[in-house]
Amino acid sequence: MSSGIALQAIDLVKHFSTGSSGVLGRATNIVQAVDGVSFTLPTGKTLGIVGESGCGKSTLARLVTRLINPSTGSVILDGVDITTMSGKSLREMRRKLQMIFQDPYSSLNPRHSIGQIIGDPMRIQGIVSKTNEKAEVQELMQRVGLNPEHYNRYPHEFSGGQRQRIGIARALSLRPSVIVADEPVSALDVSIQAQILNLLENLQKDLGLSYVFIAHDLSVVRHIADQVAVMYLGKIVEVGDAATLYSSPAHPYTKALMSAVPVANPSLRNSDKRIRLVGDVPSPIDPPSGCRFRTRCWKATDLCAAVEPLLQPDATGRAVACHFPEAGPVSIG
Amino acid sequence: MSNEVVLSVRNLSVVFHTPDGDVVAVNDVSFDLRSGETLGIVGESGSGKSVTASSILRLNNSSTASTTGSILVSGVDVLSADESEVRRIRGSEVAMIFQDPLSALNPYYTVGKQIAEAYLVHHPEASKADARKVTLEMLKKVGIPNPEKRIDEFPHQFSGGMRQRIVIAIALINNPKVLIADEPTTALDVTVQAQILDLMKDLQVEFNMAIVLITHDLGVIAEAALDVLVMYGGRIVERSTVEALFSEPTHPYAWGLLGAVNSLESSGRGALVTIAGSPPSLIALPPGCSFNPRCSYSSDICRTEIPLLRAVGTQGSVAACHLPEGDILSLGRKAASR
Repeated sequence: MSSGIALQAIDLVKHFSTGSSGVLGRATNIVQAVDGVSFTLPTGKTLGIVGESGCGKSTLARLVTRLINPSTGSVILDGVDITTMSGKSLREMRRKLQMIFQDPYSSLNPRHSIGQIIGDPMRIQGIVSKTNEKAEVQELMQRVGLNPEHYNRYPHEFSGGQRQRIGIARALSLRPSVIVADEPVSALDVSIQAQILNLLENLQKDLGLSYVFIAHDLSVVRHIADQVAVMYLGKIVEVGDAATLYSSPAHPYTKALMSAVPVANPSLRNSDKRIRLVGDVPSPIDPPSGCRFRTRCWKATDLCAAVEPLLQPDATGRAVACHFPEAGPVSIG
Repeated sequence: MSNEVVLSVRNLSVVFHTPDGDVVAVNDVSFDLRSGETLGIVGESGSGKSVTASSILRLNNSSTASTTGSILVSGVDVLSADESEVRRIRGSEVAMIFQDPLSALNPYYTVGKQIAEAYLVHHPEASKADARKVTLEMLKKVGIPNPEKRIDEFPHQFSGGMRQRIVIAIALINNPKVLIADEPTTALDVTVQAQILDLMKDLQVEFNMAIVLITHDLGVIAEAALDVLVMYGGRIVERSTVEALFSEPTHPYAWGLLGAVNSLESSGRGALVTIAGSPPSLIALPPGCSFNPRCSYSSDICRTEIPLLRAVGTQGSVAACHLPEGDILSLGRKAASR
């Protein structure tokens, strides 16, 4: 805590091999899911990570929580390198770093009561005594906006939004300092999304939590994040504080991504400011040379194919991996 | 309004019989749709928007669901027509595209075969060579690059956006008058969503078809729809033009939705506007207006009497709300301002 940095990722790389194992000499394909990602999450702040499907954001979440092991690179939690931890120390580390999942249906065991779902982690980690467990669980239920009398109910008796509250209470049960939330509101209806986002913000204020918040919905991330990192094909292409990044996106991909979001205002329909990207995201098995975005970029030149642009932070801490970044503020919507 | 009415739904109700009791999924829904126009249907999960759509093609299982009312497509009532007539209407008059393009396609057949099959069903006189020619034409229209090669590929060889283009090709191969699109872009990334919405707009002009666009995303509605139905608890609670919905919404539920979206889109950090509570269970709808337990303006009459749709304001909106018209208009404008 002394450093003020809750979580740090240093040059994380995760390559998956697909197809045969290569024992018979057959060539294997390497999926470069995450390819050299670094970020710093200050204590009590929220880092938003946005990107389209296949950009590696969920793999990144699994890497920093040590659900999978990185190919290379390291993860620093609270000043301690957790990349190679195992056994008892790994289990103790997990108390500090918890996760909230996207789907409130499949992430709760249908055969366990709410009391068990929230209470089990506390008991397993030995942070409450058997006699105190129920009271602790009910206090947590109250905190996340659930009725403590529903202690003995099962997940199917709750709506989607309430289930997500259960998932949040379970994550909080170990009193973590960092929470990694992977698309925590994308399965919820609009009116319920807002309730859960408000809850997450209040919890952050009350408990001093630090969040890594992963989402594909740009407006959700803008609302909740202090810093935002935009990912494309396994790499961060732009990172900066949320207000600046949204008011003047510098990477062409960030700009295109933001202008593609339909705005709830019919008078902006057919506005010429829209940037329409053509084509699809290339395969992470064989990404383009140089800049990975160049195949869909309207500014690409020979330089982009030859030399990979690096993520260079400027004086304000803003970093853009582009040879020809956008200049000046750009109005969106 | 010179365009002809191609779809006319009157007093549509759908009741599912379940072991837990009857679920009234759609309750007294009526609307008209003209060629070349897009009607958006917006609502949360369980609001009845998808069941309304599947009823138009009579896709609800008749042994577990009772459907009443009438659905006129080119003068034929889909609900009372015989099976062969319904089969003719499906595809040639009304076609449908779904949320998940992968599960809408058969993984064992090439995309070309699947598109050609849809054509041959309605053109039994055509030869396979003809069907292939029409299929190639269609693949070009929906923007598949290199169609001569890709016509013989399988669904798994296409990306999500390309698969949705294939599904659209199947839907449009018989030149239907009405296209029902049930959350067509929800499973897609935003940059691909923008491509598909553009494609649907272009094809709508080319084929002069009417589109029923079902979505939970008010941004997509603002982008693509001309008129909008807002559904809640199986009923239409508001019907208005897209401009009116975003400038002068006339139902408290629409105010809440707009408030939630607007406060999320504006860059401020403060607490978001929410709608308290959660959507009602369709097995035990609250008495009176189904929205009353979540509404901050509800009074005694809201808990006893179901409000009927009535004209509100000067923009042609209708709303099902007991509040006096003046209150609705001033509160609506307030909710719409950001």
